[in-house]
Amino acid sequence: MYRGKSITELRELLDKEELTSEELFDKAKKLAYAFQEDYNSFVTIMDDYKIKRRSDSLIKGIPYALKDNFSTNGILTTSSSNILKDYVPVYDATIYKKLRKAGGVLVGKTVLDELAMGGTGTTAHTGVVKNPWNKTCMTGGSSAGSAAAVALGIVPFSIGSDTGDSIRKPASFCGVVGYKPTYGLISRYGLFAFASSLDHVGVLSRNVKDSAIVTDIIKGKDINDMVTINYDKNLVESLDNDIKGKKLFYIKEICDKSQYTDKDTLKVLDDFYKLLDKCRELGFIVEEVSIDKALLEAVYPTYMTISCAEATSNNSNLTGIQFGPRGEGNSVEEIMFDARTKGFSELIKRRFVLGSYILQKENQEKLFLNACRVRRLIVDKMNELFKDYDGMILPASGGGAPSFDDSSEKLSSKYLLLENHLAIGNFGGFPSITIPFTFSNDMPVGVNITGRVKDDDLVLNMANKIESVTGYKDIYSKVGDIDV
Amino acid sequence: MYKVVIGLEVHCELETKSKNFSSAPNEFTKIPNINVGTVDLGLPGILPVANKEAVKKALYTSMALNCKLPDEIIFDRKNYYYADLPKGYQITQNTKPVGVGGYLDILVNGKIKRVTLHDVHLEEDTASLEHHPKYSLIDYNRSGIPLLEIVSDPCIESADEAVQYLEDLRDLFLYLGVSEAKSNYGQMRCDVNISLMKDTDTELGTKVEMKNINAFNNVRAAIEYEIKRQSELLDKGEKVVQETRRIAEDGKTYSMREKVDAVDYKYFVEPNIPSTPVTDELLDELKSNLPELKLSRYLKYKELGLSDEDALTLSKDRGVSDYFERVIEKSDVNTAVNFMTTSILSTLNKLEINIDELFITSNMLSGVVDLVSKGNISLDHGKKILYQAIDEEKDPNLLIKKAGLHQINDEDELLELIKSIMEENTEVVRQYVEDGNMSAINFFIGQTMKKSNRQANPNKSKEIITKELERRKEDAK
Repeated sequence: MYRGKSITELRELLDKEELTSEELFDKAKKLAYAFQEDYNSFVTIMDDYKIKRRSDSLIKGIPYALKDNFSTNGILTTSSSNILKDYVPVYDATIYKKLRKAGGVLVGKTVLDELAMGGTGTTAHTGVVKNPWNKTCMTGGSSAGSAAAVALGIVPFSIGSDTGDSIRKPASFCGVVGYKPTYGLISRYGLFAFASSLDHVGVLSRNVKDSAIVTDIIKGKDINDMVTINYDKNLVESLDNDIKGKKLFYIKEICDKSQYTDKDTLKVLDDFYKLLDKCRELGFIVEEVSIDKALLEAVYPTYMTISCAEATSNNSNLTGIQFGPRGEGNSVEEIMFDARTKGFSELIKRRFVLGSYILQKENQEKLFLNACRVRRLIVDKMNELFKDYDGMILPASGGGAPSFDDSSEKLSSKYLLLENHLAIGNFGGFPSITIPFTFSNDMPVGVNITGRVKDDDLVLNMANKIESVTGYKDIYSKVGDIDV
Repeated sequence: MYKVVIGLEVHCELETKSKNFSSAPNEFTKIPNINVGTVDLGLPGILPVANKEAVKKALYTSMALNCKLPDEIIFDRKNYYYADLPKGYQITQNTKPVGVGGYLDILVNGKIKRVTLHDVHLEEDTASLEHHPKYSLIDYNRSGIPLLEIVSDPCIESADEAVQYLEDLRDLFLYLGVSEAKSNYGQMRCDVNISLMKDTDTELGTKVEMKNINAFNNVRAAIEYEIKRQSELLDKGEKVVQETRRIAEDGKTYSMREKVDAVDYKYFVEPNIPSTPVTDELLDELKSNLPELKLSRYLKYKELGLSDEDALTLSKDRGVSDYFERVIEKSDVNTAVNFMTTSILSTLNKLEINIDELFITSNMLSGVVDLVSKGNISLDHGKKILYQAIDEEKDPNLLIKKAGLHQINDEDELLELIKSIMEENTEVVRQYVEDGNMSAINFFIGQTMKKSNRQANPNKSKEIITKELERRKEDAK
């Protein structure tokens, strides 16, 4: 009755008064509890149904989940880190305010990789998040719980954050839609900062239209976030525009099969080329372009360099002085040192040490500023291509979700190219969406479409058209075989 | 004797409605932790929003200090951990300060000295700490208040120069209206860097830093103490240690910590504040509002013939100076100076108001000054009327008209009056004529003033009285 239904379907049920929004909330809550032990999507599941009744929004009465790195007044917000394990914010993130005002009903706060740093869903202080399609596999991250909650059919949509690929990668691994709009389209006020110049707020859902509906509600200029922009175009209304003649490109250096031996990857690429043919049938012009491989191989190290540097600074407020667990010691320095030593996992400390090293006076020019220059080169290259093309289409990953015992070689070309190109979208603030397009080894894999800055309407329009030919619209893992 | 080399880093809290990067109010209060928002506490998820007014005032001050202005406004993060810095970084300017270079000309012991500047940058203040033996308290009211830092070159050579520079900077802030610059509220504070070198040395000596001194006389005390302390060390052939020292209540400085240059602040451009271009329109707007500054006015007043003291007094405060200049547009300079430096300034002091709150407008005053300088009324009278006007909050010129207090200058009229007074006081006339009693003159002046309702021109009256008495003396012979 409820599980796996889209916003549009639930809207209809509500409007026909076949169900009340409170019943929807109870059902979502029931599902959240039912899957919590096995999949661990949530840090907090809400006890009470709360709704703003005065709203005529499409999401009025619709349950949703929020990543646990968005500030929610009076509701525990941990960022899945021990240093914030008891932190209850005193103010609301702009998007939470907007969703509440529209009548959205919060079901819970979802698990992430600690402080949103990580792409596995395995580093939260409350434990590992498991893939709804196969419990022995990762969800990817960092928006792990947000992707899992949607893939399990608990909620029709959830909110995530995306600094490198933190929405779009878990979306690919969990078989859902993950959309990161243009930088500044959605306010970051209240999002616990990871790397400010790369941080985006975005949506996970089971179809493109639902992501468009939600984004229309939460987008726009916010006086509390100086990088936000006004965006007057209606995303939902653009979804069905004619795409005949729209031009897409894919990158030879990433998609050329001759460089891969892995069966899983070859299968994904085969299916990708089949999808491209279907796109051509839809009326798209799809072409291959070639980009300097060195530039592509630089994406991952550039991302790590910039994000670690900014993260070190952004997380310097976590000292246990203003909030969080107070450390022990005889001086302010000792107290902070103790709180941070106990509060962060080793992985986080490693990133902070890297970030600190990168920003040091003697390294800054060579590491940080060079990374910023490479970022600029990559963005320039993309903008040059976007003069001729309306979008870039690429597999979001080179295979299904890895299993927990996977230890793939991080510097192999698969890892460097196929698994890490999504950060390009963050470098340039390009709108970028991943939708499920195939299964490999019984695990879903997504395809990504990235477009020009502020062309979110076109990107969603194109994704919506492509979604219609994948055969994987509105999928979710029917695991547990329960509905409520 | 050693050559003293001093550089000052002056911090000035800008006067704005809200803080530099948050909407919390920027106002002085003694109640701790009430002007505090989420941003000022550095809570997770907060973002800075740059304060336009603060940026404008910072650019305006840089312009007045003859700095090179940037083509865009960007901020940087200065990263360090301390209890008074809730975000773990301070938003400041490192890459492109609001002002580079520049100078302030100051007047020290009658000579003009140019203090050259390294840069002027806009940043946010930290929280304030109150240390107790077993714990410390944090007051976040100050956290995030816009702070303008003016960094001088090491070109100041004495305590006199340093204090004069601080006073002139404070007057500049007040002239520009960018800050109240009250050092007792910590709105103006300074770090002093001082080193000594021999005349023959080519490199600067080891510098000692003294942080966060509020009162100007403490700056003087600290510098004088350090000159003495460092000279004695160098005389003995010992080395000055590079360190941070603090000034204590006994006027001596004490070591706080050594090696001040060890911290790496890991500056990088603040990603949450997009660069904003500094447009020609903005620069034109700021330029058109730039007032003529204190030193230039002082020199102008000297040209006009004012004494050094009067020129200093009348140029110190912009309101007083503007008022004075409006008065002298329409009336005599010397008389105006007399009124300004006595009646007007003493009234301001007495009533504890500033000149904009004074009932007497510059127009009213110039009317009175004009009457006095043309001899229509006496200076003495002018002042009396002025005080009456202040007391009663009335236009002094109307009071003069109403009371008919125009001076009697007509000699025939005066002579007639004086003659009639002498008729009534023949005994006094006799004392002058026969006994040569000179005090009779003053007696008749007093009587003339009284009978004329103090309208008689006293100088002319005296002339006529003397002449008249002399004539009678001649006649008696």
